[in-house]
Amino acid sequence: MILGLVFPPLDEILRWKPLFGHGDLAFNKIGLIAFLAAAATLAIFFAAGSKAKKSVVPTGVQNMAEVSVDFVREQIVLQAMGEHKEDLAWTGYLLVLFFFVLFSNSTEVIPFFQMPATARMGIPLFLALISWIAFIVMGVKKSGAGYLKAAVVPPGVPFLMLFLAVPIEIISTFLVRPFSLAVRLFANMLAGHLLLVTFSVMGHDLLLAKTKQVFLIPMTVLPFILFILITIFEVLVIVLQAYIFTILTAVYLGGAMHPEH
Amino acid sequence: MALIAADTNLVADPTFKAAMSALGAGFAYGLAAIGPGIGIGIVVGNAVQAMARQPEAAGLVRTTMFLGIAFTEALALIGFVVFILLKFA
Repeated sequence: MILGLVFPPLDEILRWKPLFGHGDLAFNKIGLIAFLAAAATLAIFFAAGSKAKKSVVPTGVQNMAEVSVDFVREQIVLQAMGEHKEDLAWTGYLLVLFFFVLFSNSTEVIPFFQMPATARMGIPLFLALISWIAFIVMGVKKSGAGYLKAAVVPPGVPFLMLFLAVPIEIISTFLVRPFSLAVRLFANMLAGHLLLVTFSVMGHDLLLAKTKQVFLIPMTVLPFILFILITIFEVLVIVLQAYIFTILTAVYLGGAMHPEH
Repeated sequence: MALIAADTNLVADPTFKAAMSALGAGFAYGLAAIGPGIGIGIVVGNAVQAMARQPEAAGLVRTTMFLGIAFTEALALIGFVVFILLKFA
């Protein structure tokens, strides 16, 4: 069988064996990556914060932290939530969210991890539920029960059309939003992971082709080149998905807090 | 299709089931990619046009473009999830 490529079963590339514990409480590679991502996020900002007392001109990790705070404030909070001073209180959450998603994603291309923690549904779903609860709570806090009315009743719609419009708005605001937020991150990272697995398996099988098919061995170079190109593309996807997850959270929060826009 | 389904021996056959779920998975993702493909093309094309006409608004246009891409792409990704579910679950 020429090019009889056997794709590894999903269990081998996504469901990792528990490092310790068993059953639902098992701690596997995904949990380890999530912990490391959280620790890295904390480490960056604690290191930058402790240094801030000493040096006036920022260098190293402090410089990086200041640039990222500036980026989240200028490009995400002020762009997506509107020019409101009180929204700057959300900079902290969005900053941590951005870095946590970025680090959880980036283990996709880091050797020895080779697996984005966000390619399992748990982490994206949890983050999306936090965003979902946050924008509903902030909307109700800002404009009381009027928020729920403003969210589900579009202005300027004739009375009879409301029977059609209100269910659509309820579904799109309260069901599709958290679902698509979670699925977007999850499916992007899973697709990237599967692409990388596909080309590495292809390269492996061609390189170790049986002696009768020795002409296949030089062809290893083709999946190898694609593997490298896709890795570069995935670096772009990793940063872009972290940015999109953060900015969509900001857009939903801004829409709930400032219904006039 | 009704005739095939009426043949209970065939429906119980695991190979037939696997073949049908593979076919369904392929169609699900292929069809789900058509619309978003056209949509992302329109979004990005118009964003490039806007940036070319007003380079000073490029930052704002880029942010809005990514938002538009994210909303459009979600449909294709839901198709991809359906593909995974049909293929592996």
